[in-house]
Amino acid sequence: MSTTQKSGITPGSVLLYGSLFVLALFFLMPAYMAIVTALKDPANISLPTAWEWPDEINWASFPQAFGLLKSNIASSLVLTVCATALSTVLGSLNGYVFSKWKFKGSELIFTLFLFGMFIPYQVILIPLFQTLRAMNLYGGLPGLILAHVVYGLPITSLIFRNFYSQIPTALVESARLDGAGFFSIYTKIVFPLSIPGFVVTSLWQVTQIWNEFLWGICLTRHEDNPITVGLAQLAGGQAVSWNLPMAGSIMAAFPVLMIYIFLGRYFIRGLLAGSVKE
Amino acid sequence: MKEASRDRLKAFLTLLPSIILVAVFVYGFIGNTIWISMTDWGGTGSMALEPQKNFIGLENYVDLFNGFLSAGFRQDLVNAVYYSVMLLAGAIGLGMFIAILLDQKPKGEDVLRTIFLYPMSLSFIVSGTIWRWLLAPQGGVNVLPTYFGFDALDFQWTSSTKAILEFNWQNILQILIYIAAFILIMVGLFVLKDDPQKAVKRWLGPGVVVGAFAWLGGSLLPQALFMEEMHGFNLATLGIIIATVWQYAGYTMALYLAGFNGISQDLRDAAMLDGASNTDYYRHVAIPMLKPITISAVIILSHISLKMFDIIFAMTGPDNAQTGHPALNMYMTTFRANDFARGAAIAIVLFLVAGTFIVPYVIGQYKQRRRG
Repeated sequence: MSTTQKSGITPGSVLLYGSLFVLALFFLMPAYMAIVTALKDPANISLPTAWEWPDEINWASFPQAFGLLKSNIASSLVLTVCATALSTVLGSLNGYVFSKWKFKGSELIFTLFLFGMFIPYQVILIPLFQTLRAMNLYGGLPGLILAHVVYGLPITSLIFRNFYSQIPTALVESARLDGAGFFSIYTKIVFPLSIPGFVVTSLWQVTQIWNEFLWGICLTRHEDNPITVGLAQLAGGQAVSWNLPMAGSIMAAFPVLMIYIFLGRYFIRGLLAGSVKE
Repeated sequence: MKEASRDRLKAFLTLLPSIILVAVFVYGFIGNTIWISMTDWGGTGSMALEPQKNFIGLENYVDLFNGFLSAGFRQDLVNAVYYSVMLLAGAIGLGMFIAILLDQKPKGEDVLRTIFLYPMSLSFIVSGTIWRWLLAPQGGVNVLPTYFGFDALDFQWTSSTKAILEFNWQNILQILIYIAAFILIMVGLFVLKDDPQKAVKRWLGPGVVVGAFAWLGGSLLPQALFMEEMHGFNLATLGIIIATVWQYAGYTMALYLAGFNGISQDLRDAAMLDGASNTDYYRHVAIPMLKPITISAVIILSHISLKMFDIIFAMTGPDNAQTGHPALNMYMTTFRANDFARGAAIAIVLFLVAGTFIVPYVIGQYKQRRRG
């Protein structure tokens, strides 16, 4: 119980709840606007009445937007699932080595890994583009998956390394005395304890990969564009009727919002792990 | 013993593919981009399989900073500075404020936390699309006051052409020296209380000298350009800043809230017993204790503001020069104009700016771990 908590209405509590109420309205404003516009008939969308709830709800925007974004959603699904699976498995193995099998120079290698987390994507974009072209991977999903796996390695290795540091070294040591080797320690002891680590890391990767845009637009061709690129094209045209981009936005936001609302605890842990705090 | 060394080899081999990937895809590619930025790779033949590339040294960089046609890049650079400062101030200030409010344990704290953090889970494209609609000139935010009986606003959120705080790019060198002097003096004043001698010798003295030099010798400094070129804070960028702060304030809130929860209740009670008010507690106890969190937030947010590309692309489209950013300019130059060498040079400028605060941070982390 906080010592500041008092019962009844005080000027302090009025101020507290008042500020929170105004702030909450500000944060919810875009969500309300997206929903209300998506539910309107395009003929009834006008700027001065943008805030008003529609007299008659028009659900048609959603199937219509889905039709336009179908192939983008499909490629985003394939991309996100494949890249997340690969990068978490690799990250888990790396984290295992970094935390339980330190060797000379592994701290330095880890630090060099960490830098990879902070480079602006622009700085590797041109060679990446060229390399994918040379490998015949440009334009399709495999190239994009490769990019996400490689540039996801620093963060996934970091999260797993921090996670495995919590597993007592004594546990690993005693297994080693019993004759267990590198891989059997991983499969019998470390991996079974990793489920929460996998949840945190994959949720983090899913959000990052689903939301990524720059590589999507630079490295894939039209039919393989991920959802962010599809949405940008849908909303970018001149004289757009705004119900479709808003319905598209809701669809593009839906999977990550569900993760956030139902698995928020893990989502926030990934978020905090991303700040490299130890 | 033999077993152990074999396991160690297995550990190294497990790491090897990742080491190679990071070596090539991070360090190799950075090197390659530096090399490309020093060539003249561009133009019509740039997409050929064996494009022609000639080494031209730093010409691309010189051109970006004082070439006749690169005024757009310079405006983008100025924008990037304003974006970073405003995002840092806005997201950290607002995030800390919300964290303090939620730390009072109001009713419905869980729901409120969810509301403040959900923008963080969205992509920049989604939030940019929605904010673009919210900031439409005759709708959205501008008509909100009419619901309270006021007149509608007529602010041109993302299309205004007005600029404030303008300065002449000719004098950029002098301005940079002034900024350096200002930072030295500020650091000096900050250190003054703890170590007056070091403060004067290391910070205040050099700061005053450098500042005086820029003031007195200003006319001797070379000018960056032959003609006047004004750059400033474009009001069109305000909408983008609001949207970015909206998206990231929740993130800093989560960081600070985790930090506040980590402070023991005893410490708080002790402060209260000593007669500290709630404000005193946060000002003198809690916030100073969370300095590492503030540093993390600064690093992460600066990093985000440096790659601010998607949200501008979604909000003002790729062609609005007023709201540009080097990250967007890099994309346009490379993939729309096929000028790979110039694009690479812009990328390296971004990289150097990012490096100036990220390298000391990561090295600090590394040293800390070796000690600890």
